Amino acid sequence: MPKVIPVPDELSQPFWQAVSEQRLVLQNCTACNKLQYPPQAACQVCGSADYLEWKEVEGKGHIATYIVIEDGRLNRRMLDQPYNLALVTLDLDPTVNFYSNLPGVPAYEVPVGAAVEVTFEEVAPGQLIHEWRVVE
Amino acid sequence: MTSSNNFQWRRDRDGLGVWEHRGKVAVVGYGHSPVDRRWDETKLDESLGAYTIMACEKAMEQAGVTIDQVDGIVCCDSHIAGGSGGTASQWAPRPYFDPPYDSEYGLTLINAQWLINTMGFNNVKFAPTGVPTIGEMVGMASQAVGDGVCSTCLVIYPTGNLEGRYRRGGENAEDYARGARQWTVPWGNHGGNDFINIFPHRQYLQKYGGEHDDLFHFVTNQHKNGMLTPWGYNATHNVQPISEEDYRGSRHILRPLRIWDCDRPVNASAAYLFTTAERAQDLKSQPVYVLNHSQHNFRFRTTQPDLDEVEMWTDQQAARMYEGAGLGPADVDIFNPYDGYSIMTQFFLEGFQWHGVKRGEALPFYAGDISVKGPHPFSSSGGNLGNGRTRTAMYTDSIEQLRGTAGDRQVTVRAETALCAFTTPSSGGWLMLGKYPS
Ligand SMILES: [Zn+2]
Repeated sequence: MPKVIPVPDELSQPFWQAVSEQRLVLQNCTACNKLQYPPQAACQVCGSADYLEWKEVEGKGHIATYIVIEDGRLNRRMLDQPYNLALVTLDLDPTVNFYSNLPGVPAYEVPVGAAVEVTFEEVAPGQLIHEWRVVE
Repeated sequence: MTSSNNFQWRRDRDGLGVWEHRGKVAVVGYGHSPVDRRWDETKLDESLGAYTIMACEKAMEQAGVTIDQVDGIVCCDSHIAGGSGGTASQWAPRPYFDPPYDSEYGLTLINAQWLINTMGFNNVKFAPTGVPTIGEMVGMASQAVGDGVCSTCLVIYPTGNLEGRYRRGGENAEDYARGARQWTVPWGNHGGNDFINIFPHRQYLQKYGGEHDDLFHFVTNQHKNGMLTPWGYNATHNVQPISEEDYRGSRHILRPLRIWDCDRPVNASAAYLFTTAERAQDLKSQPVYVLNHSQHNFRFRTTQPDLDEVEMWTDQQAARMYEGAGLGPADVDIFNPYDGYSIMTQFFLEGFQWHGVKRGEALPFYAGDISVKGPHPFSSSGGNLGNGRTRTAMYTDSIEQLRGTAGDRQVTVRAETALCAFTTPSSGGWLMLGKYPS
């Protein structure tokens, strides 16, 4: 079954636009030199929106841990079960993390600690989401 | 008659010092309705409204308080036990009935105005709307009584449950993810405290060692304590405590999270009566005193809270609560943290350092003697795992232990202070109760 499709809003539109161009861009506060994801209205460190910019980042990370969804509630993913849901930390700033279904990794066989890189997956015609794959 | 929630009542910051009303507010009564698995949507005497009226009457009767003496009503007025939202597939709209059951209020929702109209309260001057969950409500009522906003306040927590698989409808049945869900749902996280806590829990196991299934010690003990709680779902439905084998053989939901790590949604209501310590002396019940209340609502720094954040948040909760109560870990006799998923309870136990348990020590602690008759009667209520998802067992057990009326559940250690909560690591509140006002 296909993944659930994210609906961009005013705040997230630049992020999803970049993802659909196969680029990972995060909010960065130039005053605090702090990346943040998901996007927020203001910098979580200084509280100001004045220094927030979109910054393209290198999509490299590591698998911190994972679970396997065996009996979730999402109608659209029922037939995918069981499937991995990993927590991926960004190498540039490990306090920034992402979810991933780790395409290509069989359920239950997740290499915790392994390096991953960003990849992009179509969820609707012309619309991509960011995913992560294990670096061989 | 209802007023909005506009007074500053939360104690949700660090360094607030000892609570100014410490020992001057008391809990003087409680009442529970029957705890059913679901409401069948036809029997009006088993509706959430009927059950809430029953709970209020019991709480007032226990203290000998009459309708006209109640001047405050703090009632959680949202679906399924709070802000987490009702998305069971057969929720509203539905066929309605004659008054007072001519709308959703009284059936699956309760608010102060419905109770005032239906029960005939005629002296209520404090009845806030937009009330949070019980984790915060008990603090709201304590502060209102302490501040003199009202003097005799009912706190009412209804938890509804209907037919159909829990929260399989609504947004979870949709093809699109909007708002905050755009960052979680595309990868399969439908949102909730199971997902929020399972990742830090796995990191916990990676960091400190131990296996997920070691939680069976805790979970089976909750079931045993539940059977000693006469009003709870398990005791009233003869749900025999599960064994280690039952636990290890049970199905996974979010592996390693098993079905027995989750509480059972129920249809029930409970009420608590708060008043001033002074007024409590004239009532027929034995008061227990509020020594502090505290709240917290920590913001996630990224998609998913990790172990570091959860440990920081629970350390901070403990520091706030202990400071406001003027007590430390060694002073807490009864400890009833939230267990709505078994995987988050260790964070509270270690954050509050109950019985000296430090970070990474919960699993060996669970494997020791945590029975109610032993030296470490952890979560003597049986919590939500042992009683159904009423989110009230922690409060009622604490009151009963301090009064010495916990029956077969009565601990053998000293029972003069009790710490109880409905909270997650990120948001909720704690309540410290005392047998004595100081
Ligand atoms: Zn900043």
